[in-house]
Amino acid sequence: MDYKKILKNIGKDKALNLYRKMVEIRSFEERIRFLFLEGKMPGTIHQYIGMEACAVGVCLALEDDDVIASTHRPHGHAIAKGLTFKEIMAELYGKTTGCCKGKGGSMHMGNINKGMLPAIAIVGGNLPIVVGMALAFKLKSEKRVAVSFFGDGASNEGSFHESLNMAAVYNVPAVFVCENNQYGASTNIKKVLKIKNIADRAKSYGMKGIIADGMDVLDVYLKAKKAIDDAREGKGPALLELKTFRYCGHSRRDPSNYIPKEEKGFWAKKDPIKSYKRLLINESVFSGKELEKMEKDIEGRLDEAIDYAQNSPDPKPEDTFNDLYISMEVPR
Amino acid sequence: MKLSIAEALRKAIHDEMERDSSVFLIGEDIGIPGGFGGAFTVTLGLEKDFRDRVIDTPISEIGIFGAACGAAIMGMRPIADVQYGDFLFCAMDQVVNQIAKLRYMSGGKLKVPVVMRAPVGVTGRGAQHAQNLEPYFLSCPGIKIVAPSTAYDAYGLLKAAVRDDDPVLIFEHKLLYGAKGARKEEGAIDGSSEIPEEDYTVPIGEGIKRREGKDVTIVSHLLMVYHSLQAARILEDEGVSCEVIDLRTLWPLDIDLIIKSVKKTGRLVIVEESPKQGGIGAEVSAQVSEKIPDYLISPIIRIAAPNTPAPFSPVMEKFYIPQPERIAKEIREIIEKY
Repeated sequence: MDYKKILKNIGKDKALNLYRKMVEIRSFEERIRFLFLEGKMPGTIHQYIGMEACAVGVCLALEDDDVIASTHRPHGHAIAKGLTFKEIMAELYGKTTGCCKGKGGSMHMGNINKGMLPAIAIVGGNLPIVVGMALAFKLKSEKRVAVSFFGDGASNEGSFHESLNMAAVYNVPAVFVCENNQYGASTNIKKVLKIKNIADRAKSYGMKGIIADGMDVLDVYLKAKKAIDDAREGKGPALLELKTFRYCGHSRRDPSNYIPKEEKGFWAKKDPIKSYKRLLINESVFSGKELEKMEKDIEGRLDEAIDYAQNSPDPKPEDTFNDLYISMEVPR
Repeated sequence: MKLSIAEALRKAIHDEMERDSSVFLIGEDIGIPGGFGGAFTVTLGLEKDFRDRVIDTPISEIGIFGAACGAAIMGMRPIADVQYGDFLFCAMDQVVNQIAKLRYMSGGKLKVPVVMRAPVGVTGRGAQHAQNLEPYFLSCPGIKIVAPSTAYDAYGLLKAAVRDDDPVLIFEHKLLYGAKGARKEEGAIDGSSEIPEEDYTVPIGEGIKRREGKDVTIVSHLLMVYHSLQAARILEDEGVSCEVIDLRTLWPLDIDLIIKSVKKTGRLVIVEESPKQGGIGAEVSAQVSEKIPDYLISPIIRIAAPNTPAPFSPVMEKFYIPQPERIAKEIREIIEKY
C-alpha cells in the first residue's frame, strides 16, 4: 500500500482522528481493566484491546446518522461511534447517568441517539436487526447505512445465514463487518470452520466479500468506506472480514491459556496503534510530541469520566419498573 | 358489514396501511399474486394496493422477526407474520431477547412498535402445527399479548396493536378465522361480527363478559370461549348459571374483571387449549387465590389439554381439546361437592 498517498488523500484531520479514537479505546480498556480487577466495577467485561483498528476504521467511514449494532464486546464500537467516556463509564458502574441509565451495563451499552443500538450480547443476534434497520432506510428512501459488527463465531449461527441472504435479496444498505479475532471464547476458528476466509461465504448469497487487515486502520478505513458508500448508493450490501486479534482474554480474568505463545507473539508485532503511530511519525504527518500530548489529554478525560461515574447517583431499586413499556405501567 | 375474523383482520391491516405509510407487512407467502395471502388468507390481495409494503420473505423466521425489530426501531410499524404459531420458536431469540428487551436495555431511549401475528389451535395437523403457545410468552415482560375471538375484536385489537408504541403479539385461532375455499377449516366455528363503518379500536388490557351468571365464573380465550359458552348453555338447563369471561388480552391480564366476577360467584374455572402445567389457568388461579382467598367457596379448577403434545388421530385430538361436555361435567362436579 502506498501509505504516503493514502495519508495525503484522507487529510490530516482524518489521519489524526483515526489515531485518537484508537488510543481512546486502548486507554479506556486499560483503565477499566484495572478498575475491574480492583473490584471497583460491577459485572463482567469483554475487552477490545488489540482490535481497535476495526471499530475505528469502520466507524470513521460512517456518517453521523448511520447506525451500528454491536456485540458482547462493545466498548470499542461505542467509543468509535461517538459515545462519550462519561456515559459509557457511568453505564459500566450501573449509574443513572449511564447511556442506558444502568439498565444495560457493559454488554448492552449503546445510545440510539448517537447511532448505536444497545449492544446485543446474543452471538449473531444483531444481524437480522441490522437487515431491518437497513430495510427501513430503503422503504423511507433515506440515504443511510446500517452496520453489523460480529465475530468469527457468529458466522456459524443460523441468523448469519438468514440475514445475509435477506439483505442480498432486498438489496438493502447494510454492511456486515466480521471481526475475525481467531477465537470464539476459547475455540479457534480453524477448529469450527473448514474454509479459510469467512468473507468467502458472501459469494453464496450473491454478495460482495471483502478482506481487510484488521490490524491496519487505513486498510480497514478504505475498504469499509468503499463498502459503506456502495451500500448508500444502492449497490447492495457487503460482507467485510477483518483479520484481527484480541490481546486480552475472552472475558474477565481469562488468561487465554488456550492461545499458543507463538501466536500471541505474531499478533503482538502487528499492534494497530504502535504501527500507525510509527507511520504518522515516519511520514511526518505528526510529530511524536504532538501525538503524546494528545494521549495525555485522553488520560485526563478518562480521569474525569471515572470521577463522574463514581460520583453519579445510583438508580433507585424501584427504577426497575421503568423504561419497559411506553403505553402502560408494569403490572405488579 | 358482516365480516369473518380473517376478513376483519385484512380490513384492519388495509385501513392501517392506508392511514399510516410506515405500516408494512413482512412474512412468508403473504403477497404472492395467485398465492394464499398468508397461511389463512388474512393478507389476500393486499399486495395489489400496497405493492412496496407487502414484503414476501424467504423461509427465515429469525430474519423476519429481526427485520421487523430493526425496522421498528428506525421508525416503521411492521406487522410480522408466521404461518403457524409453532414457527415462532424458530425466531425465539429475536422475539424474546431482542423485541421484548431492547427498549428496556436502552434505558427507554428507543421503541419497538412491532405487531406479531401467530395462528394457534389444535386442528388435525399433528403436534408441530398445533400448539397453543400463549403460556410461553406469559413470562416475557416487554411484549403485550392479545387473542381476539370475534371479528369485532380482531379488527379493533389489530388496529390498537398497530397504533401501540410497544410490541404486541396477536394470537389468532385457526378454527375461528372463517377462511373460505381451499383454506376452509374442518370443525370451524363462526366468529364473524358486524363491523361498524367508523374507525374504532378495542383497548389492549380489557377482557369482556360474554355471558352473565351467578354461580360460577369461567375464564377462557379464543376457541375455548365458544366451548365455555356451550357448556354454560348445557348447565343452564340444569339450573346452574355460568358467567363467561373472554380474556381478549393475556398480557396484561384484566385481573380486575375476573376478581369482580369471582367475588359474585365464588367459583372460578379456567378453560384453555394449552397443556395444563404452567398454563394461563395457573397464573389466573394464583392471582385470584392471592388476592381474594376468602371469596372462594370451592377450589379453583383448571380445564386444559393434557400435559402432552397434540396427538394426530381425530379420536385422541377430540379428547385432547377441552370439549363443552367435559367442561360442563367438571363444573357440575365442583358444584355438587362444595
